[in-house]
Amino acid sequence: MTKILVLIVALLLIGFIAWWFFGKHTTAAVDAAVTGSSQDVGVEVSGGYSPSTVVLKKGVPATLTFNRKDPSSCLEQVVFPDFGINEFLPQNEAHVIPIDTSKPGEYDYACGMNMFHGKVIIK
Amino acid sequence: MSIKNRFVFSLILSLPLLIEMFTTPLGIMLPGGVWTMFFLTTAVMAVSAGPFIESAWAAFRHHHANMDTLVAIGTTTAYLYSFYAMLAGKDVFFESAAFVVTLILLGQYFEEKMKHSASGAVSKLVDLQAKDAEVMRDGQLVKVPLAEVAVGDIIRVRPGQKIAVDGVITEGTSTIDESMVTGESMPVTKKAGDHVIGATMNSNGTFMFKASKVGNDTLLSQIVEMVKKAQTSHAPIQKSVDKVADIFVPAVLIVAIATFTIWYVFIGASLVTAMLFAVSVVIIACPCALGIATPTALMVGTGRSAKMGILIKNGEVLEAANHVKTVVFDKTGTITEGHPQVTDIVGDEATVLRVAANLEVSSEHPLAAAILDKAKAEKVDVTAAENFQAIEGKGVQATVDGQQAFIGNDKLIADYKLDATLSDRMAQLQSEAKTVVLVGIADQIIGLIAIQDAPKASSAGAMAALKARGLRTVMLTGDNQRVAEAIAAEVGIDTVIADVLPGDKADHVKQLQAEGPVAFVGDGINDAPALTTADVGIAMGSGTDIAIESGGIVLVKNDLMDVVRALELSKKTFNRIKLNLFWAFIYNTLGIPVAAGVFAVFGLALNPEIAGLGMALSSLSVVASSLLLNKSKLTSTPATDAHVA
Repeated sequence: MTKILVLIVALLLIGFIAWWFFGKHTTAAVDAAVTGSSQDVGVEVSGGYSPSTVVLKKGVPATLTFNRKDPSSCLEQVVFPDFGINEFLPQNEAHVIPIDTSKPGEYDYACGMNMFHGKVIIK
Repeated sequence: MSIKNRFVFSLILSLPLLIEMFTTPLGIMLPGGVWTMFFLTTAVMAVSAGPFIESAWAAFRHHHANMDTLVAIGTTTAYLYSFYAMLAGKDVFFESAAFVVTLILLGQYFEEKMKHSASGAVSKLVDLQAKDAEVMRDGQLVKVPLAEVAVGDIIRVRPGQKIAVDGVITEGTSTIDESMVTGESMPVTKKAGDHVIGATMNSNGTFMFKASKVGNDTLLSQIVEMVKKAQTSHAPIQKSVDKVADIFVPAVLIVAIATFTIWYVFIGASLVTAMLFAVSVVIIACPCALGIATPTALMVGTGRSAKMGILIKNGEVLEAANHVKTVVFDKTGTITEGHPQVTDIVGDEATVLRVAANLEVSSEHPLAAAILDKAKAEKVDVTAAENFQAIEGKGVQATVDGQQAFIGNDKLIADYKLDATLSDRMAQLQSEAKTVVLVGIADQIIGLIAIQDAPKASSAGAMAALKARGLRTVMLTGDNQRVAEAIAAEVGIDTVIADVLPGDKADHVKQLQAEGPVAFVGDGINDAPALTTADVGIAMGSGTDIAIESGGIVLVKNDLMDVVRALELSKKTFNRIKLNLFWAFIYNTLGIPVAAGVFAVFGLALNPEIAGLGMALSSLSVVASSLLLNKSKLTSTPATDAHVA
């Protein structure tokens, strides 16, 4: 009896994991707030980047303010391959990274191990 | 709390558990028994493993899973089960949880240290920057911080000082050690009119120079920017790895649950055995070795090549360089020095040279410069000819001493008669890799001038080394077939494509690409299209900015051997990436079935502690293997590898 119960629980767990991690879970893009002649978006780093997609206006000097809450060494580095940025994010501190908005396009960024992903859209 | 402190904390608290493991068979228990173990492990879980759990939970809420997820689930399972077992009076496994945490932290601590040394190249480059400069302001020399130096400033550099920015010497001479930027080991002597590079070291003389590039425009800043971009770039091979990594962790969790269920429900193992197998699976499967296999190798490879004055722009170029079958060279300035010189004058030397110099005095053709240099050396009085007229595609004509004179290439033979002796001399000179110009006056050819652009000292060696690597070498040139073939024979090039118009270089590269990936080496503005068309564009650093922009690999020095080194280093780095991926992948794929107890019937099984140790070792071995790239031997031994950069 216990064994059947264990089997059912195991199957349920597997189903849940598959749905939770592989299912489609959409995230909304966040537009940057333009203040005067510059724009800035705060990105919280905790088990991923939230918001993970940020929209910036072309030509307006922009900064992304990362705040890493997550203690994981996985997320301690943020890498923008297109901009040549590879910076260490101090934990629980705002870390400002300027973004070159002169060219429109979609730029992916990721953690140092390239397991967590975020995106900057410049248009 | 830093990783190091977390490691030390868990190590100290785990030690009693370790001792107890060995003394229990002798009947010696820890004071307080199971309860002491419980308290020690609880502290380890709370302090050292806490961040793993925190991060795993944060990731979980974002529908993500990472290596922390595996560590957290693995250790928490062992811990919670042991807690239940303790209350129920069964065997406990507290030490498993504590040991795994300790070992994983140990691995992370070393990994962190090694990663920092792998990414050190950029900060070392930035440190090369001079801090201040002695700048002429209102007729006075004042010391100003680097940031305040502007273009056009006159700067004094004394012996032993660093040159602050890029510029041109206005007075004085000195020898300068440029090894830190160009990788060139020999100090170079520079005089007024010569360019100096910021961050290089002045050795014995004092000189003044005018700043031409400051801030982000200096060569060093550009190199730093390029290396940064290269080190953060991804090799295309990484993309497939990323796809695997994304689904890897959840897949492992499913495998772990399946392992537990199969052992417990279907095989009928005890709850403890089934749980230990499942925990081992979770612990051994951490994909971090897979994740760092490419970036660390890329970082070390591009960093090392930058030290040698070879800038590889990104991982894509590196991967492409690995597949190159044919190397195409531009002739002038790449295989040859690019400074043509007059070698022979046929006919009445003084007259021929004077007429030629008068005709060429206002020309900007590189061959004209050679003739004028010669005239200057021979102290010939040069007076510009009058009534210039171009002879389309052949040369120029003008009035010299009241007579019609002309100068041009061998196509002039169509218009003027060349006697047999001169004709023989011309053929002979051309077969010696010399470009021959005809000089004439009053409808008579009076002589020939032979001009040669000598091959660089490094050309022959580089060609031989490329051939030894099984590559085909091709020379593209606008020069005529005979001259081109003579140069090719001298340096040992396989194929010559001569008489190429500047605009057609890219087309020829395209044709060669039909037979396999092509690398193009060039330096001129007209090489830019060919550099972009080729699978790998290698720009000689002495070249123009646009060539450097178009090239995927930039050679700071003007040494052709660097082409060989660049290709060799790319291959080495790429092979290291493949090796790293192979080990990381083999480790994960073989480790999981072993941990799941598939081979338990043969007595081959892992416990969670061994799995944790194995996991730490796999990451370490990958980082260590990447760092070993720094030490790997190059057959094309670089002269200056030991220099700091």
